[in-house]
Amino acid sequence: MSNFKVLLVDDESEFVSTLAERLFLRGIEAKTANDGESAIRMVMEEKPDVVVLDIKMPGMSGIDVLKEMKKTEPQLPIILLTGHGSTKEGMEGMKFGAFDYLMKPVDIKELITKIQEAIKS
Amino acid sequence: METTQNEIKPRKSLANKLGFSGEGKSSPARYQIMRRNIIVLMFLITFIPLFSMAIINYFQYRASIKQEVITPLRLMSHKTAHSIELYLEERLSIIRALGASYSFNELSDQKKLNRLYRIFKKELDGLVDFGIIDKNGNQVAYAGPYILIGKNYAKQSWFHEVSIRGIYISDVFMGYREFPHIAIAVQNFETDVQDWFLRATIDTKKLDEIINAMGLTPEDDAFLVNKEGMLQTSSKFYGKVLEKYPLEIPSTLGTSIQEKKDHQGKDVILSYTSFLHRDFFLVVVKPSRTAMKSWNVLSMKMLLIFAGSVILIFISVLKTSNFLIKRIKDSDEKRETAFRELENSQKLSSIGRLAAGVAHEINNPMAIINQKAGLMKDLIELGADFAEKDRFLGLTDSILQSVERCKKITHRLLGFARRMEVLYEKLDLNDLIVEVLGFMEKEALMRKVNIELNLAEDLPNISSDVGQLEQVFLNIISNSFAAVEDGGHLKITSWDEDKDRVGVSIEDDGCGMNEETLSHIFEPFFTTKTGYGTGLGLPITYGIIKKLGGTIEAKSREDAGTAFTIHLKKNKFESEE
Repeated sequence: MSNFKVLLVDDESEFVSTLAERLFLRGIEAKTANDGESAIRMVMEEKPDVVVLDIKMPGMSGIDVLKEMKKTEPQLPIILLTGHGSTKEGMEGMKFGAFDYLMKPVDIKELITKIQEAIKS
Repeated sequence: METTQNEIKPRKSLANKLGFSGEGKSSPARYQIMRRNIIVLMFLITFIPLFSMAIINYFQYRASIKQEVITPLRLMSHKTAHSIELYLEERLSIIRALGASYSFNELSDQKKLNRLYRIFKKELDGLVDFGIIDKNGNQVAYAGPYILIGKNYAKQSWFHEVSIRGIYISDVFMGYREFPHIAIAVQNFETDVQDWFLRATIDTKKLDEIINAMGLTPEDDAFLVNKEGMLQTSSKFYGKVLEKYPLEIPSTLGTSIQEKKDHQGKDVILSYTSFLHRDFFLVVVKPSRTAMKSWNVLSMKMLLIFAGSVILIFISVLKTSNFLIKRIKDSDEKRETAFRELENSQKLSSIGRLAAGVAHEINNPMAIINQKAGLMKDLIELGADFAEKDRFLGLTDSILQSVERCKKITHRLLGFARRMEVLYEKLDLNDLIVEVLGFMEKEALMRKVNIELNLAEDLPNISSDVGQLEQVFLNIISNSFAAVEDGGHLKITSWDEDKDRVGVSIEDDGCGMNEETLSHIFEPFFTTKTGYGTGLGLPITYGIIKKLGGTIEAKSREDAGTAFTIHLKKNKFESEE
């Protein structure tokens, strides 16, 4: 088991739970959250090492959640998932301190590489 | 794809409406009718008043000019008739005075009569002879150039008349004297003698003189006619004295004016003036041609002006209506083009929005499928071997591959719909085209496609987005490559269109397409490349060109080739966003 914890945030619970399971199969511990509020709460409670955050969510948007998390945990690396082909929101997220962004549907290997990069930084 | 006749028809008309059909379909018949109506209407509006004015003027002028001819004619006729009558009355009264002055016995004296005759011959112009006739009609004395003594007039009608009425003036006659003359006879009464008669004859030369004094032109004619229609004086054109006058004489009193054809078929104005005390008519004849000479000149001028105006009106009506129709046609065409463009861009933008929406919505379930299939694969790989393990791995792989394909589609779809930022930089369009052709070099060589470059050397640099333009040309050129046979031709031309735009055309001699296909080529997902192709190449091209403020149009004929023409703005402009 890895010595770090990942928090996966997406409104599609099927998506995050599957992704979490896949990460778990690869030896990465992952928690999931389905909306912005619970994600922010879990950052406090679980103290994850990396957050993978979907930008497009109902209620609080990924960017809002990002800003909120950066307030409490400025050092926390956050990887954004952009649902669009567009890179515009991803770039915007980078301005607010996101570590990087990935395009959905995301390749598991790519995600793990990014997570490892984020941990190292 | 099977389509029924009913489906094709509206689509074809849509194609025409959209104007992708190579040449715009106007309806010349409609403009022909419109043109004809305008010409007829304008011509009538201008011609009817002109024509009415001309007709009114024609008759008005004719009437007044005729009046100018007739009034003097009437006056002159009246005066001349009056003069003739006065002359005859004067002669009559002189003869009466003579008869009353002498007795029968005195005048039967041949010597005395001869003396009187000599005196009167001098004073009384035109006197021919004197004769004294007793109550039985015997000429008892005679003075004059003839030998008429002893002649008996008892059976002659004038003798009866003078016996009853006391005076008599004859019509002109020849009688024994063989030249035209008038006889004047008066009855005298004496208490101791039976009544007797003094008869004088005068020649008609004086009448001719009076008529000549009217001062007529050589074409005119004037003469006396009695009520039986016998000419009393010679006429120029209507017979000698005592001949029958060829025309009918009116029975009215006073002066009557007639216009008719004479016996020779000449148009004449005739004036008949009746005498007060005699059954004579003074006839004055003027040929219409000379009488109405001024009218003829005027009417000719009027006709010329009228004809000139009609021609002028006609020409200007023709010119104006042609101009109008051209303007209407132009504006119709412009409106139609604008409408088509609007319709097309609206259609494309709504299709774009729909596509983007679909792409977004599909993306999330796709991500889930991706993860689920990934997990399945993970589980199979990590789990224990089982009978169908390889088969399951293959299946999950093919699910993942399909997801990958979907990802590409949604990505491109979004690319089509997205409004990317345009990065302006100075670029040489010719260089850009050559660069794009570089990508295709291998294929061109392999398939022996002949590429003809007609690039304008003086093409100015433009400010636009290199990356996006590369995509545009790549899309179009690769389409052309797909259309041509091996060994086909491709012609790329660039030119300086005007001060704001440059133009590029890409023509191929490939398979071309029909109107139906041509009308859909800029719509997403419309593709003829069975098996491959997303149907997004040209829509994206269209979107980029629009975004860069340019235009793109396609013309094509089946089995003849396709030509794309692109116009791009030269200068930097504000983005549409």
